[in-house]
Amino acid sequence: MPELVRVQSSSRLATVLRELAVPLVSVAIAAIIGSVIMLIAGFDPLAAYAAMFKGAFGSGRQIGETMLRSTPLMFTGLAVAYGFRAGLFNIGAEGQLFMGGLSAAWLGIVLAGMPRPFNIILMLVAGAAIGAAWAFVPALLKAKVGAHEVITTMMFTYIGRYIVSWLVTGPLKAEGQIPQTNRLPVESTLPKMHEILPFLTPSRVHLGFVVAVVLAFFIWWVLKYTSLGYESRAVGYNPWASETGGISVSATTIKALCISGALAGLAGVTEVMGVHMRLFDQFSAGFGFTGIAVALLAKNNPIGVIAAAILFGGLSAGGGTMQLEADVPQKVILIIQALIIFLVAAEQIARWIIGRTGRRGAAENAG
Amino acid sequence: MAPPLIELREITKQFPGVLANDKVSLSLKPGEIVALLGENGAGKSTLMNVVYGLLSADGGEVLVEGEAVHIRSPRHAIDLGIGMVHQHFMLVAPLTVTENIVLGNEPTRGGVIDFKQAREEVREISRRYGLAVDPDATVRDLPVGMQQRVEILKALYRGARVLILDEPTAVLTPQEVRELFAVVRSLVTEGLAVVFITHKLEEVMSVADRVVVMRDGRVVGETRPQDTDTAGLAKMMVGREVVFRVEKPPSACGDTILEIEDLRVLDERRLEAVKGVSFTVCAGEVVALAGVSGNGQTELIEAITGLRKVTGGSMRLKGVDITHAAAREAIAAGLSHVPEDRHRRGLVLEFDLMENTILGDHRQAPFAKRGVLDFHAITEVTRKRIADYDVRTPSERVKASALSGGNQQKLVLARELGRDPDLLVAAQPTRGLDVGAIEFVHNQILAERGNGKAVLLVSLELEEVQSLADRILIIFEGQIVKEFTAGEASDEELGYYMTGGGGDKLTSGSEEVRADA
Repeated sequence: MPELVRVQSSSRLATVLRELAVPLVSVAIAAIIGSVIMLIAGFDPLAAYAAMFKGAFGSGRQIGETMLRSTPLMFTGLAVAYGFRAGLFNIGAEGQLFMGGLSAAWLGIVLAGMPRPFNIILMLVAGAAIGAAWAFVPALLKAKVGAHEVITTMMFTYIGRYIVSWLVTGPLKAEGQIPQTNRLPVESTLPKMHEILPFLTPSRVHLGFVVAVVLAFFIWWVLKYTSLGYESRAVGYNPWASETGGISVSATTIKALCISGALAGLAGVTEVMGVHMRLFDQFSAGFGFTGIAVALLAKNNPIGVIAAAILFGGLSAGGGTMQLEADVPQKVILIIQALIIFLVAAEQIARWIIGRTGRRGAAENAG
Repeated sequence: MAPPLIELREITKQFPGVLANDKVSLSLKPGEIVALLGENGAGKSTLMNVVYGLLSADGGEVLVEGEAVHIRSPRHAIDLGIGMVHQHFMLVAPLTVTENIVLGNEPTRGGVIDFKQAREEVREISRRYGLAVDPDATVRDLPVGMQQRVEILKALYRGARVLILDEPTAVLTPQEVRELFAVVRSLVTEGLAVVFITHKLEEVMSVADRVVVMRDGRVVGETRPQDTDTAGLAKMMVGREVVFRVEKPPSACGDTILEIEDLRVLDERRLEAVKGVSFTVCAGEVVALAGVSGNGQTELIEAITGLRKVTGGSMRLKGVDITHAAAREAIAAGLSHVPEDRHRRGLVLEFDLMENTILGDHRQAPFAKRGVLDFHAITEVTRKRIADYDVRTPSERVKASALSGGNQQKLVLARELGRDPDLLVAAQPTRGLDVGAIEFVHNQILAERGNGKAVLLVSLELEEVQSLADRILIIFEGQIVKEFTAGEASDEELGYYMTGGGGDKLTSGSEEVRADA
């Protein structure tokens, strides 16, 4: 028996390593290609990466900034990943995020004067609910008439964005010239992390980061260890076998897309409650769309989403320092991000490289 | 004497944990049909994939007309004159026969495909080898047998001199099988060599010149059909004696379990596929629904199992109305379903064996408590099922896709029978399985019968129907046209009613009966 157990645990480790191989190799190749591009453009890639790393993780403040930037990506990455697991491409996380942000901006004012923990919990729940609601109509259309969610969630993104646009310039507009909502009272905002962890001072990272990380583990658990997650994955892999096994494909589709919407909605809530304290037109830097890249890099694994979001957050946080210290344009970050996504999507490239370098080792393992 | 077209010398292929080919040697001469016989997982397909350049061998060499070659890709194999027809056809359904055949080797004139010449060339080959097919037909509209013919023509068009057929009869009707055999014989008289991968013994006996038997990755014997019989081949293939006809005690028919009355069901095109079918199945009884594929069996099964809406009539399972029950409710009412297509409906191939074992029962105890899966219980039950149903697997954590076809089917059976159902609906439960696995499945079905369960069996194999059923219902064009009790009818009689015969104009020869189809 002990032997059997060992074989299993080592094979489980091997599975984890195999899963990690493609994303890691992709990131490495992207970094190499990125340095070639920098060399051609006449920059020093080593200095650039050093500055970037310093900018992302060099000090408590910078670590905090990386965490801050990774937070919305973690939520949207989880949202897209959950959808993918159920065979759904929620390309409209951005719209759900906008609606989540809207609910927080409105509710935060309404709840002025109430206890802070109460406000935080209620606003998070409400934002998740409206995110889910925003995904519900596309989900219903998908389940009942087969309308493709890529089209419908995208269209709902436009609707959501323009509703926000209208509200911040009209009905919900604060006094003054700028189209934005009123600033939230402090009891409707998320605490800063440096209040608990002083070494992060003076970064803006807020409690949303912790919420996102906890949620990632929770979603991982839901997918793997609950009947709900099991049904989502079963439908994602094989709807016919799921149907035969008594799983309602339409109900599972609706549930999964709504869960995805709820997660995306939370990204909007935490951005409003933790970063801007108010809502305006440009409060999201396309987090809903970058979430797709995060989910891809994480191979739809919720734990992987944490790492992928931190990587993307770090790239974004380190970009400024890179421009400042190594004099490399910040846009290089976008090139590297694009390369990572390209390489993860074109998984075969990484597989081929792994195959060539890893063949001998694999042969030894098999023998 | 001509040199062998292909000679394989000590081909070895290792997969993680499995030695798929262990020093396999084989040679093919022009003008011969070699049957490569073996159970699923014996290494036949691996060997042929090496020859066709889909896999690269870890050891040994391949000689084509006496010259050692390293076949790098299917393209390279085709250039060397090796053609392969896969079990799953690789045709482009919306294109015509001609377009499919010339695809990849289109004759062109000034950069434009010369369809006139292409059609002529296709006609010419099809005439030369006696493979009649309409060059302008759309592949999607062709029956399976014709599609296979297009695949063969495709290989011939590219100059194949060795043709590998991977389980070519798995999808064919008996009529189509006979036509295929005629084609294969005419091919070898033209000097081709044909390798016929199969696990069906009758086919080997009727078509092969030489039989090479593989087991566990090795060649375990070679013989000629005239020197052996099916029992001898089965013994070589499985490594022990195989019982073909299962013995069963007479049925002890108990309570009525399934009652179907005047059932009406539509198919995908919204045409009535099941036209007022009524029958019952009682406890301890196997009722077989026999018919030619496409006569409403699939729709009927899907209606009973809750996968398809019913437009008329009623169904009761142990007195509970399941006419409009969804699959989940049907399962709860005591139904188990071994689906026709195990890859599509039976298993989630990307799931491991544990996850597949709980499919359908994943919401209730012992597998789940208040919506949370209990992996201790799941592991325990899965291990027990694997042991009870002899599923050959390295562990319960491997994906279902890693199992051989026979073991996948055992896993489906383990799940469905492990639920302890009142009614088992088994649709073509032995399709694509080898004799060892077929024997196992048959024994399990009869064990259920012995335990007082009701079994509804749908099968296209008359031998299976005859050996398992207590009652045989013949379905033709969505209606039950005849009922027999066990042993009452010959295969010919069954075939007669299956193809739309009726009254007492029964002809004697099976050939004539089949010609009606």
